[in-house]
Amino acid sequence: MSQRIIDCVKNKSYIIKKLHTTGALRQRLVSFGILKGVEIKYLSSTNLNATYEIKVGKMNIALRQEEARKIEVEEYEAN
Amino acid sequence: MKQIKIALVGQPNVGKSMLTNAIGDTTLHVGNFSGVTVEKKEISFKYKDYKISIVDLPGTYMLTNYSIEEKVTSDFLQNEEYDLILNVVDSTNLERNLQLTSELLNLEKKMLIALNMSDEAKKENIEINANYMTELLGVSAVQVSAVSKEGIEKLVHNIVQTYENPKKETKLIFSEAIEEEILNIVTHLNDNKFESELSYRKIAINLISEDKKTYRMLLDEPIWITLQPLLLESIKHIKMHHDEEAMIDIFADEFMAFNNGILAETVKVKNINPAKLTRTQKIDNVLIHPFFGIPIFLFLMWGLFQLTFEIGSIPMDWIDGFFGWLGNSVGESISNDDIRSLVVDGLIAGVGAVILFVPNIIILFVGIALLESTGYMSRVAYLLDGFFHKFGLHGQSFIPLVTGFGCSIPAYMSARILKNDKDRLLTLFIIGFMSCGARLPVYVLFVGAFFSSESSGTILFVIYISGAILGIIMAKVLKMTAFKGESEPFVMEMPKYRLPSVVLIWHTVKSKTWMYLKKAGTFIAAASILIWFLSNYPHNDIVSSEYESKIELAKGEDSKNSLSNELNQKLLENSYLGQVGKFIEPIFSPLGMDWKMAVALQTGLAAKEVVVSTLGVLYSLGGDVNEEDSSLIERLHEHIPFASAVAFIIIMMIYLPCLAATVVFSKEAGGLKYTAYLFLFTTFVAYSCAFIGYHIALNF
Repeated sequence: MSQRIIDCVKNKSYIIKKLHTTGALRQRLVSFGILKGVEIKYLSSTNLNATYEIKVGKMNIALRQEEARKIEVEEYEAN
Repeated sequence: MKQIKIALVGQPNVGKSMLTNAIGDTTLHVGNFSGVTVEKKEISFKYKDYKISIVDLPGTYMLTNYSIEEKVTSDFLQNEEYDLILNVVDSTNLERNLQLTSELLNLEKKMLIALNMSDEAKKENIEINANYMTELLGVSAVQVSAVSKEGIEKLVHNIVQTYENPKKETKLIFSEAIEEEILNIVTHLNDNKFESELSYRKIAINLISEDKKTYRMLLDEPIWITLQPLLLESIKHIKMHHDEEAMIDIFADEFMAFNNGILAETVKVKNINPAKLTRTQKIDNVLIHPFFGIPIFLFLMWGLFQLTFEIGSIPMDWIDGFFGWLGNSVGESISNDDIRSLVVDGLIAGVGAVILFVPNIIILFVGIALLESTGYMSRVAYLLDGFFHKFGLHGQSFIPLVTGFGCSIPAYMSARILKNDKDRLLTLFIIGFMSCGARLPVYVLFVGAFFSSESSGTILFVIYISGAILGIIMAKVLKMTAFKGESEPFVMEMPKYRLPSVVLIWHTVKSKTWMYLKKAGTFIAAASILIWFLSNYPHNDIVSSEYESKIELAKGEDSKNSLSNELNQKLLENSYLGQVGKFIEPIFSPLGMDWKMAVALQTGLAAKEVVVSTLGVLYSLGGDVNEEDSSLIERLHEHIPFASAVAFIIIMMIYLPCLAATVVFSKEAGGLKYTAYLFLFTTFVAYSCAFIGYHIALNF
């Protein structure tokens, strides 16, 4: 299975590869700037990993585990 | 005088309300749209020869219809009459904010941009060339700070300029692939001499971005037959070029590319040290700690209620003393018995009982305003979502629920941030379990009467928290029965922590307190008089004269007093209110309540504060004559058994909110049907819980 936000290591940069969702959730993600090719960082999660906090650009965004599973990422290779 | 109507638009947390306050320094009128609706706020003021009015629209990340709040904004921008758009952006996060700006540019209206929080940007070493940005975007961009009021003058000046000058050509350009397709469609429209109010370019962009309204408009036109294959081809090309399936992604991508171009030209950021933790990160390391986050939150809430009680009780004695003095001195100057009783026992006792709680209300409102304006509220939503989700609620339900501790009316409205209808209805149904500020006086009164002063703050906290917990359990019950279905996704911004603005908190608290006082002076005064009347009439002259002669004959003060007490009691029981109370008493007697308590609860359906004034009137009329000076708290302690008081508090916590809130509920939920459900639901839960609580309390 491809790498998702839930598989990320804390405070490391990743690039969004694909959003595995359509409709309202996709619209919501896009309106927060969560798009293919955008750099993100996983900052923290709550008890039992119920909710995740990620950084997109300068914004901190909270996601539920369900949603974090739908965002495919790949490691960011600094060049 | 010329009128300029401005639509104020921006993403959430960019300081829009602060800016409205800063601009409207010379504010002549601040008011809400049509009565209770707080969805759009309007302020207006005079500047030179212009009357400028600003409509403050709800914050939105994009012009989509994700939530009802966002729909309000996009509907207003597309369908209402206004002269220009004032787009407020956060200078410290332009990447994100300009995304909405590009969408606004696409509306082809006169527009200007307020680069807000410029002082904060300076501190973060962000340098913005506003003049160049103005040139690149084709709309005026002004650096302002709502906090320090820097640049506000210039902004207002530019508003007038923008209004007076013709609209400039917008310079929003797309990538080559899209521009090519736009050109194709424009050419086709041109060749066919298609007639429309919109520019051809705008029609082309709308068609490509799949704007439903434009499709609807064109569907009936003959040109559609030739346009359709062309458009299909264009969309196919663009999607192929972008390697994406959703048009919304493509446009977001396009806007982002355009914005990055603008930012590269106009913004310089110096010395950033990525390893250094920002203030927000440092605070978050503590406040949203996986283990300590929730205990910290609970402790803060407990502290708030402790303060509400402790500090709030200091001025209470003074206010109580003042109304006691007022009652006595006014009473002495009125010779007519009936009028004196009306003024002293009805009006002053009733209104005084409500005013007494103004200090508590102020502290509670300040607490909620702090929670809202610092950015902590969304952290709590983040912390609680996991827990809430298990009970069928949404992390963001937390925001209307906390607002519900202040007043249910804005709480019902703020439930609009939830997109999913079932999630929203579910939240609406349990908002009432969060005890509103108007119920606070009743709790303070009863807690003061039945518990020691050291434990008061804690008991108050327990009342609020157990109401909340009960609400969450009820949410689960409702989710499993009435509101089955998919839950809404949880995606939410956690804004930077900001020091709360004293001015804004002062404004919020002032207007809320003023509303409370106004209610006390009008509605509650009227209700007090009505209740006084209902509890004094019809006058039973036979009983009165019978007792009066008995009192005359009686020997000794004690028997005289007890006889006149008996008389008062008899008169009260025979009054209209007494008759109603006696009629409903059987329903409430299993809870250990007498008819007075039953009546007080009924009057609470009009407004919760009336419960206190009713108790004030009922227990001062029927109270012991020789304890004329005793406070209402002492009288309640004397006359109400502990277990009945517990049952009373439980009913207060759960049953139907006040009339005004119920009306708003019915509007927000979408029909009287839901109001009927709410009535049945709350009444059933309230009665059963009170019954259980009563029987448990009997053992103490």
